[in-house]
Amino acid sequence: MARDRDPGREIIPAVQKLRIQHAKRDRLRFTSHRDFQRAFERALKRAGVPMAYSAGFSPHPKISYANAAPTGVASEAEYVEIGVVQVVDPDKLLTVLDEVLPPGLDILAVVEARTPDFVARLEASHWRIELPGTSVATLEQALETFMASDEVLVDRLTKSGIRTFDARTAVIRANVELGSDCAILQVVVRHGVPAVRPDDVLAALKKVADFAQEIPPRVTRLAQGPLLEDGWSVGDPFTLDREATQA
Amino acid sequence: MTVQSVFPALEQLLPRVQKPVQYVGGELNAVVKPWDDAAVRWCLMYPDAYEVGIPNQGVQILYEVLNERADTLCERTYAVWPDLEKLMRENGVPQFTVDAHRPVGAFDALGVSFATELGYTNMLTAIDLAGVPLHAVDRDETHPLVIAGGHAAFNPEAISTFIDGAVLGDGEQAVLAITDIIADFKNQGSPGGRDELLMRLAKSGVMYVPAFYDVEYLEDGRIRRVSPNRPGVPWRVAKHTVMDLDEWPFPKAPLVPIAESVHERMSVEIFRGCTRGCRFCQAGMITRPVRERSMTTIADMVANGLEKTGYEEIGLLSLSSADHSEIAEIAKGLADRYEDTQTSLSLPSTRVDAFNIDLANELSRNGRRSGLTFAPEGGSERIRKVINKMVTEEDLIRTVTAAYASGWRQVKLYFMCGLPTEEDEDVLQIARLAHEVIKAGREASGRKDIRCTVSIGGFVPKPHTPFQWAAQLDHETTDSRLYKLRDAIRQDREFGKSIGVRYHDGKPGVVEGLLSRGDRRVGKVIEQVWRDGQRFDGWSEHFSYDRWMAAAEIAFADEPVDVNWYTIRERDLSEVLAWDHLDSGLDKEWLWDDWQDALSEVEVDDCRWTPCFDCGVCDHMGTEIQVGPTNAVMLPMPTIPSRVVVNSGT
Repeated sequence: MARDRDPGREIIPAVQKLRIQHAKRDRLRFTSHRDFQRAFERALKRAGVPMAYSAGFSPHPKISYANAAPTGVASEAEYVEIGVVQVVDPDKLLTVLDEVLPPGLDILAVVEARTPDFVARLEASHWRIELPGTSVATLEQALETFMASDEVLVDRLTKSGIRTFDARTAVIRANVELGSDCAILQVVVRHGVPAVRPDDVLAALKKVADFAQEIPPRVTRLAQGPLLEDGWSVGDPFTLDREATQA
Repeated sequence: MTVQSVFPALEQLLPRVQKPVQYVGGELNAVVKPWDDAAVRWCLMYPDAYEVGIPNQGVQILYEVLNERADTLCERTYAVWPDLEKLMRENGVPQFTVDAHRPVGAFDALGVSFATELGYTNMLTAIDLAGVPLHAVDRDETHPLVIAGGHAAFNPEAISTFIDGAVLGDGEQAVLAITDIIADFKNQGSPGGRDELLMRLAKSGVMYVPAFYDVEYLEDGRIRRVSPNRPGVPWRVAKHTVMDLDEWPFPKAPLVPIAESVHERMSVEIFRGCTRGCRFCQAGMITRPVRERSMTTIADMVANGLEKTGYEEIGLLSLSSADHSEIAEIAKGLADRYEDTQTSLSLPSTRVDAFNIDLANELSRNGRRSGLTFAPEGGSERIRKVINKMVTEEDLIRTVTAAYASGWRQVKLYFMCGLPTEEDEDVLQIARLAHEVIKAGREASGRKDIRCTVSIGGFVPKPHTPFQWAAQLDHETTDSRLYKLRDAIRQDREFGKSIGVRYHDGKPGVVEGLLSRGDRRVGKVIEQVWRDGQRFDGWSEHFSYDRWMAAAEIAFADEPVDVNWYTIRERDLSEVLAWDHLDSGLDKEWLWDDWQDALSEVEVDDCRWTPCFDCGVCDHMGTEIQVGPTNAVMLPMPTIPSRVVVNSGT
């Protein structure tokens, strides 16, 4: 379709990589991953970030996205890595990028990438699931049955059909709290294939305990990162990069 | 009285619908003003899905023009898909704006922009969901004024029962004038209620108020006459024309949605109006005269818009963009300015002209090269004379050859089927033309992988054009011609595989034809079909021809007219047309003469380069052609130091 690009175009390599933690809050939690990508790329332009571009007929800015939260789920811990052709000040990037993004897509932290294997470091997620109209007792009972099971199979509709998998093993820790108008399920889930998502956990709870949930739950990813020594706390994935920068 | 956001209630429904992001707003450059501070509150609607409506320039321009006024707030609403509509009805959630999720029923005015008639059923859904009575006659002071605008507003008779008013032509000054009248009226404590407000608007001439006109019919179904039923109301309502586009450089801060839209680019309008005189083209007829925006203002709007949006593509919009008097300078100037960026420029709506290949090459210097599109519109030399599209076959071959030779591999050609006087042979010529295009293209480029896509739409006669009297082609004949063309291309053993054909069946065009040349009686069909569940007529998966025809059967049961009467019937000069009291400036006799010229295959020139041929617009409307050149020079962009780079600017 396209005419060959000017072969003389110079490809400038990235001189620095930056890792960005951002939130997806309030009404913008309905943003899909594709929507976020577009908004983010435009924000980089408005912020004047000197992006590195891929080679080829149709150059794309060097951006990698990791483990995006599902559409409709809020998050305090989404991660993106970008490559730039001029050295950028991480603190300035945080301020300027946050300024040009709409409220609800908020930049929380920026570090210079100093360590490899960042995505592998995202071992688990901590989710908060608010269930309006569900009592703490009902939820506790369901959770107890679920945690006592070795395996709870759930179905998920994927593009290639219905897929059945275990939602129990990935759940490392879970507890129930009382919220203002709801019961709150706090749950730490280990990342794997297929990824067990909050709606899979809810489907599993409903399967073992049969409680009805009329009002859609409000879900937030509170943290994403390495599992700490206690085996269930989720740590900050930027710690290694920060330590390397200070060293 | 402050209104509450409906978002908490809507939020419960969003996880259960497709693409919820389209309902949450949060666009870059959206404006939310305090409700209580505004004297006049507008809600603008584009009556289609958010992804189609959000890029609409008309809405974006008026949104800014209104919000720039200190005493006015303006928000936007779009059509909700049936999945959300159902949930909203079940849960009592009203039609809402996406800006602050305020209920549409609480605004002073609901302005609906109709690019086509296919948004009519969606307007009814919105009015109904807003809790506003469907019929204007049943509304009171607590309800918004429902005002139609856009090209379809040049004949709003089919929706006259549902709207309080229609604004013809450019909206920038008109919405401000309407706002003044509403503000005064409210300041005075709304004396005389809704009726008085509508009278003030009608008397001022800013807006056509259908309720103040009576339509009488002859026994055979034709209109006897249309006349005002109140003293002080004008016999004819004229269109608005903004002169000097440099004074109206909107949108200054284009809306950038989070959700994906059908146009992922920033648009800058480089001129308004077109006097090429294509006889099928309603847009060209009703937007006269040509008014250019100067090169300097265009360059400023591009620079400012890119900074405010972060878009990578700019579309230079108009009805025929290569016709700007300084288009070569604009293209070169912008391409130079954005040489080292990823920014690309595009020029939709270009004519078949080799000059445009140079332009296209220039514009795509920095960015990606997709296909080129041209619109010869008619397949044969003869039919192109009928429609006054002055393109010869040699022009076309020369143009596409130049395109293939300079590296473009895909050329799209747009045509119409069902034009007045058309025979099968006129359409079959398209197959031969496409064959010649590929042949010449292979020779010019030396490659076999070049392609040509032929895209054909059914012609629908429109009000305020020389073809307003013409018989529309019935859908059976339209379809049979399209099939014959498709078969002819398939049978082309030599090049058939390099030619793609895209066409739509003729049925939707029948409904469009019914609505576009409809009169007040057609309103009953719209209401019936909407009650029967019709929505989103521009979407083939939602459009139902059978439902429309069944609705027409019921609505026209006691009338001497039917769908054929509105569509495939040719009119004569003596007939009162439903839109005769709506004044586009075009002289009816000139239109008739042009219609006769069409039938005799006589072409008419462009008044930008030849003496005035008295179409009537400038004389009647007190307007004039505004074209360059300005001979201004586009300077290189100053480099703005990055705010994030270490040691930047030192």
